[in-house]
Amino acid sequence: MQVKKLAVLCSLAAASYVSPALADVTIGISLSATGPGASLGIPEKNVFALLPTQIGGEKVNFIVLDDATDPTMATKNARKLVSEDKVDVLVGSSTTPATAAIAEVANESATPQVTISPVSLPAERNKWVFRTPQQNSVMAAALVGHMKQNGVKTLGFIGFSDAYGEDWLTSVTAKAEAAGIKLVATERYARADTSVSGQILKLVSARPDAILVVGSGSPAALPQTTLVERGYKGQVYQTHAVANQAFLKVAGKAADGVIIPVGPVVVVDQIADSHPSKAMGKSLVTKYEEKYGAGSFSSFAGHAFDAWRLIEQAVPVALKSAKPGTPEFRAALRDALEGNKEVIASHGVYNMNANDHFGLDERSHVLVKIDSGNYKLIK
Amino acid sequence: MDIQIALLLAQDGITNGAIYALLALALVLVFAVTRVIFIPQGEFVAYGALTLVMIQAGTVPATLWLLLGAGVLAAAVDARGALASGQKGRLAGVLAWNVGYPAVLAALLYGLPLATLALPLQVLLALLVVVPMGPLMYRLIYQPIAAAPVLILLIVSVAVHVGMVGLGLLFFGAEGSRTPAFSEARFELGPMLVNGQTIWVIAASIVLIVALYLFFGRTIYGKALRATAMNRNGARLMGISPALAGRLTFLLAALIGALSGVLIAPITTIYYDTGFLIGLKGFVAAIVGGLASYPIAAAGAVLVGLLEAFSSFWASAYKEVIVFTLIIPVLLWRSFTSHHVEEEE
Repeated sequence: MQVKKLAVLCSLAAASYVSPALADVTIGISLSATGPGASLGIPEKNVFALLPTQIGGEKVNFIVLDDATDPTMATKNARKLVSEDKVDVLVGSSTTPATAAIAEVANESATPQVTISPVSLPAERNKWVFRTPQQNSVMAAALVGHMKQNGVKTLGFIGFSDAYGEDWLTSVTAKAEAAGIKLVATERYARADTSVSGQILKLVSARPDAILVVGSGSPAALPQTTLVERGYKGQVYQTHAVANQAFLKVAGKAADGVIIPVGPVVVVDQIADSHPSKAMGKSLVTKYEEKYGAGSFSSFAGHAFDAWRLIEQAVPVALKSAKPGTPEFRAALRDALEGNKEVIASHGVYNMNANDHFGLDERSHVLVKIDSGNYKLIK
Repeated sequence: MDIQIALLLAQDGITNGAIYALLALALVLVFAVTRVIFIPQGEFVAYGALTLVMIQAGTVPATLWLLLGAGVLAAAVDARGALASGQKGRLAGVLAWNVGYPAVLAALLYGLPLATLALPLQVLLALLVVVPMGPLMYRLIYQPIAAAPVLILLIVSVAVHVGMVGLGLLFFGAEGSRTPAFSEARFELGPMLVNGQTIWVIAASIVLIVALYLFFGRTIYGKALRATAMNRNGARLMGISPALAGRLTFLLAALIGALSGVLIAPITTIYYDTGFLIGLKGFVAAIVGGLASYPIAAAGAVLVGLLEAFSSFWASAYKEVIVFTLIIPVLLWRSFTSHHVEEEE
């Protein structure tokens, strides 16, 4: 009797586990909630707890996995999500190397992927991959524009020795050359480095007018503090990946005067009321900080939210032509994501097309100056 | 490169080298006495530094709960052992050390105005929380398998390391932190500017090394540890408890680790997983010393620090590669010069 009951319970449990995957929209998410990328992955993960569980009357299931900032783990997660959970769309990951790993699986299994990191891929592997953050080259253009305006002639570069650093180096080199700015020194460092004195000494001895530091979160603070310690007087630029409280806290006074390009949501209180992202950004920040505490919102949470916005807009379109859980639905969803037009989100407005899977334009960034731990919009 | 840059790099290299030296000494010590390749050594660096950060922020450090939990577990294990062997008299002592101490510490941490205490007191509290985890770790994890082959001890070390990093993320969060410097003083020394904190690091390392030297040369416990390191069975026959030797060793290792963390927290950003890389560089230095010689390991550590500083200047993209490649020629040279002895298992 006991055994029979158990068997019935088990089969019930199994049935209830399997059945929703058949009809509902399933979103498979792999984020770097632990490991070196955790400062990006944690706020991103937090966002998924705030989202509605329905799109146009269709129930949405979220499966959130942690890839520990490890590309191998990210691949494993993506394979599991695709083959076992039969997800309709993959979201993630937080850092560029892990995202590139998931993109492999997305292309192979013909599943659309919305990434939260600005990964650059060759054209033939770009088909299924859409990004929410600003393309590095867009941000680089914004910074170079500011440099040109302020008479910068020579630039020094220190960046992560990974895909993020490399992508920035290529972008900024091209843009700077076009603007007549000479790159006089390039140095690399790693997230886990305990000292960057050597690199900074070399940069400073090249005497550039400005220095660009390419890092993310609190690891970007070390070059910043070392530059100040070495008495560098020129303008320091950082990238949008440092727009979180941890960077401000660790860099402290050393961050004063640094200029960074950020999405409008980061300074949502300071942007003009006419900005399309103002209302949506404001409501997201309020909701997020209500749950996770004042000052906890970071730019990365905005990127994760924007991934949801893209999917939310695309799903109703795809539902018209196919049922969730099928390859046809995944293909329709991909087409719908590519067809997304004027999707208002927290970091700007998305207009995707076959050649542009980033979708953000001039409305997606503003320049801010850090002033005693706060961002000040540069008008 | 001019002389000033070279001096600055050397200063940076020696500062880091001093920390690597401390860790290398701890690694050599732990390996000599217990045959454990102590991979979690670096975690004590991060735990020490980040516990201090939490105390300075005025919050009760989360590491306290790990200490309490490990203490209760150790008390249960020891009490069971004492009861089974009929030594009821030992119970009070077991409870007092394993449960009483963390409880008193918890009361202190909750009672004191942590954020406004003087820096030396904050450091002392951080050490009081982190250091006892060393002997507790030995009691709970390594003592039951003390006779296992080196390979098993190594695998267990890897497991402990992974566990501690995970707990570190839980306790301290993903973001890095820094602490204010012990001294803001700066000295002009000829053509270069020397940081107060650099002096602190180097001085503290030297003091600690001298203290260890005196401990091993002059005290009965130190001599007991040396005897155990030389010949485990022989030491046992002379009445030296291997369990006591193990705990004492881990106490020293944890102390060295946590102190290193406190010392470097003002000069670099410490993350929950920073310890591993720092520990690994200490390990390279310990390998240079053949996991046996303290002076060579210390010299190796300074070499690693200098190599790191200068390679970060000349070829920053290959810095880690250069540092870790150092192991290969050292291992080659060691395998040619020393004759191979099979360890009896």
